[in-house]
Amino acid sequence: MELRLGRSRLNRTLGGDIILFLVLLVTAIFMSFPLVYTISNAFKPLNELFLFPPRLFVRNPTLDNFRDLFVLMSSSWVPFSRYAFNTLLITLLGTGGHVLLGSMAAFALSQHKFPGGKLFFNVVVISLMFAPQVTAIPNYLIMSRLNWVDTYLSVIVPAWGMSLGLYLMKQFMDQVPKALLESARIDGASEFRVFWSIVMPIVKPAWLTLIILSFQQLWGQTGGQFIYSEHLKPLPYALQQIVAGGIARAGVAAAVSLVMMIVPISIFILNQSRVVETMGASGIKE
Amino acid sequence: MSVSRVEITPKSLGKPSIRERLANLFQEIRANKVAYLFLAPYAIIFLTFVVVPVGVSIGLSFTHYNMLEPPVWIGWSNYIRLFLMDDVFLIAVKNTLVYAFITGPLSYIACFIFAWMINELKPKLRALLTLLLYAPSISGNVFLVWTIIFSGDSHGYINGFLLRFGITPEPIQWLQDPRFILPIIILVVLWLSLGTSFLVFIAGLQGVDSTLYEAGAMDGIRNRWQELWYITLPSMRPQLMFGAVISITQAFTVSQHAIALAGFPSTDYAARTVVTHLIDYGNVRFEMGYACTIATVLFVVMLITQRLVQKWLRNIG
Repeated sequence: MELRLGRSRLNRTLGGDIILFLVLLVTAIFMSFPLVYTISNAFKPLNELFLFPPRLFVRNPTLDNFRDLFVLMSSSWVPFSRYAFNTLLITLLGTGGHVLLGSMAAFALSQHKFPGGKLFFNVVVISLMFAPQVTAIPNYLIMSRLNWVDTYLSVIVPAWGMSLGLYLMKQFMDQVPKALLESARIDGASEFRVFWSIVMPIVKPAWLTLIILSFQQLWGQTGGQFIYSEHLKPLPYALQQIVAGGIARAGVAAAVSLVMMIVPISIFILNQSRVVETMGASGIKE
Repeated sequence: MSVSRVEITPKSLGKPSIRERLANLFQEIRANKVAYLFLAPYAIIFLTFVVVPVGVSIGLSFTHYNMLEPPVWIGWSNYIRLFLMDDVFLIAVKNTLVYAFITGPLSYIACFIFAWMINELKPKLRALLTLLLYAPSISGNVFLVWTIIFSGDSHGYINGFLLRFGITPEPIQWLQDPRFILPIIILVVLWLSLGTSFLVFIAGLQGVDSTLYEAGAMDGIRNRWQELWYITLPSMRPQLMFGAVISITQAFTVSQHAIALAGFPSTDYAARTVVTHLIDYGNVRFEMGYACTIATVLFVVMLITQRLVQKWLRNIG
């Protein structure tokens, strides 16, 4: 039997590739339905929006919904840019802190053995399984004890301590060979340098993915539980208020859905294309 | 040869005293000072905002607490009431187990298979298809279009189709009929399942050492299935474990979509799950102590499932 090492793709048949592609294509059409529906809805005039059963594609596209949205936004009591700023601040600081602190902790747990480390990691993993609906009251008591109610801190800081990031980063860091770090340490690299310049570049697909997940979660944050002042409220809250205007706002609501989706999708495309680029570059795993 | 055997020091002869052990522990902690520094910022926040609230909730499960008066300790009463007197809870448990055992494994396998299939494509196409498959997870409330598809009147897409072809004489009440509610929710949850684990699997696949595939080909691997089982899966154990925990968490906590599709409460409690039961007691009846009991029981069940799955995943590849 001949080995075809010269070819870039081993053990692949053309027939297999075609079947695979067809399966993916059919699934993709089925799954992308909400995306198409949201985009098309945003450009529908009112009479098409109220058509029942609804049509998937728009017949007479119009920008009226967006114009109405801007009119409503500019007549808002708190300037709309303030809501956008609040959401950006919460999302950027929350995501950045979560990725950084989670990765640092994951580095300690993955590359060092120390008393209590394993126990701590297990607690992080099992904490993912506790229903968050019942922890709202204890959480509120802690916030009020800290005097954080009605501040940005009440939303940003808890995001830094979410279990997901640490667990995800730890799983990827476990695959980084210890020998590589050892040689860097012998060359005199500080522990932070080992973390920042060696481990983090290797696990790049992991933190790019974590940014997508964390960003998406915080972007939709309405701050409902802890933030009461109007000028501290995030964007989704303000948009909800506009949509809550009832049936006359159906067009604006469709525009809002699209606007709220654009930023997470941009972040997704930006990061995901960098995730898949890293293929083949890493021959350094254990 | 015998060098390694003569490590008999006085310490390892008998059990060390508590004082010695404490001294050892202290020494180890000092030796790992850097690791603790790396862990500390996260650990402080995690303990304050996750561990303490969860601990308090477990404590509250032993109390009667209506959120207005201070909690009163009642021991195991909530647990006894839950298992022996709450008939609706049994329905919720039955439904939750059905959801969990169907959607959990299926969505887990789908996440992996699709991630693996996408990984076979060229990078640009890969990024585009990832976005399309991930679309249901990124588009918020758009899953509500399913209520139009399964609408109970003759204008719903499926009813319209069935009526036009004469398959049914009158519209079917998809989301009100207990026979259909469960399968429809399962369908929608599966449609939404390519989420967190899917992305993590894709990221994990980028890290599989490509030289392993060449070595495998030389060792006699002949097709992509053998490659998957002998090389790809074993190289991805950490990610597979992660995905399993996420799948278990999502499968056992189906609630938001059940409520949105079938209403709250649903006909004959057909869409009642353990978490909607919990929401009922916590947010509607203000019996927080009892809601915490439900949360604690669910937590224990999920923990046991996770341990079993973990054991089973070790045999892969």
